[in-house]
Amino acid sequence: MTDTRYDRAPGDRSILADAEESTASGLLLYTIGLGLAAGLTVTSFWAANTLLLWAPGIPLGLATLAIAQMGVHLVFFLHITTGPDNTNNVLALAFGVLIVTILVAGSLWIMANLNDNMMPPPELMNLPMRH
Amino acid sequence: MNIAVAIDDVDRQALPPASEAGPAPKRIVVAYGFWIFLLSDIVMFAALFAAYAVLRNATAGGPTGAQLFNQGSVAIETACLLASSYTCGLMSLAVNARNREATYLFAGITFVLGAVFLGLEIREFAGMIAADAAPQRSAFLSAFFTLVGCHGLHVAAGLIWLAVMMAQVELKGFRATVKRRLLCFSLFWHALDIIWVWLFTVVYLMGAAA
Repeated sequence: MTDTRYDRAPGDRSILADAEESTASGLLLYTIGLGLAAGLTVTSFWAANTLLLWAPGIPLGLATLAIAQMGVHLVFFLHITTGPDNTNNVLALAFGVLIVTILVAGSLWIMANLNDNMMPPPELMNLPMRH
Repeated sequence: MNIAVAIDDVDRQALPPASEAGPAPKRIVVAYGFWIFLLSDIVMFAALFAAYAVLRNATAGGPTGAQLFNQGSVAIETACLLASSYTCGLMSLAVNARNREATYLFAGITFVLGAVFLGLEIREFAGMIAADAAPQRSAFLSAFFTLVGCHGLHVAAGLIWLAVMMAQVELKGFRATVKRRLLCFSLFWHALDIIWVWLFTVVYLMGAAA
């Protein structure tokens, strides 16, 4: 009997959460989210401009920070949770993330392959021209 | 199991199971449909991101991202959009509390912050076009203007939507229809902020680093 009667609209807070922990008000939730997101944003801008970090690793670090900030936005601003009344929203989101990942990673992969395999270096392209 | 029992205890014992409960309330159906739309919109942005990522070194001898982008301006834009996402959240709290003055206040702040963001972006675009870095200069710039401009168009549409919603609150009050539209608007606005997180990371910060 774990059925909850209805799903929850995305963006709405859970009725169950209100009943269980009334201390965490909506205002507090948004403010925590703002603080975390601002911290991650500042870290991103710092990491992109600092000379203290190993330069080739910075793009990966920036991507990690962006994923973390996306999570903060989803949890604190859009109120996406793992609760039983939120399954449909999470499933739709997971499908979206799947498509986005396939699209971006697949495009980059294919285009990198094409560049590697189909484009001879300019010296080779010019060889027949030198009689 | 304890959690399940606790859930059932919240006056849910008498309710029928989901399969017998009938159609969900319209607020849930509408917001879920809009959620699906937002995800498909994000898939469209993913295609633009992929195009940008593929073309970002195809500068055709023209200016590169590191030469064009001004991180100070981007930082202000980011701060504006994040703060407006926060005030948009406060606005939806005010809507749920049926507090008209707070709704107008936070909607106004959200609108002003969004407008500042848009103004800075238009200024950046105008500066780039004046500096011979228009969309037709290189494939990199075409992809850049398409991606960032598409986000900017979404923000502009959001501003118009917000203004219309405030007029509806004024004329119609907090009806169920108006509250549903306001819920959809706040979903839209938060989603735009998530897209901007990827935009400033991929375009501006990685573009400056690489």
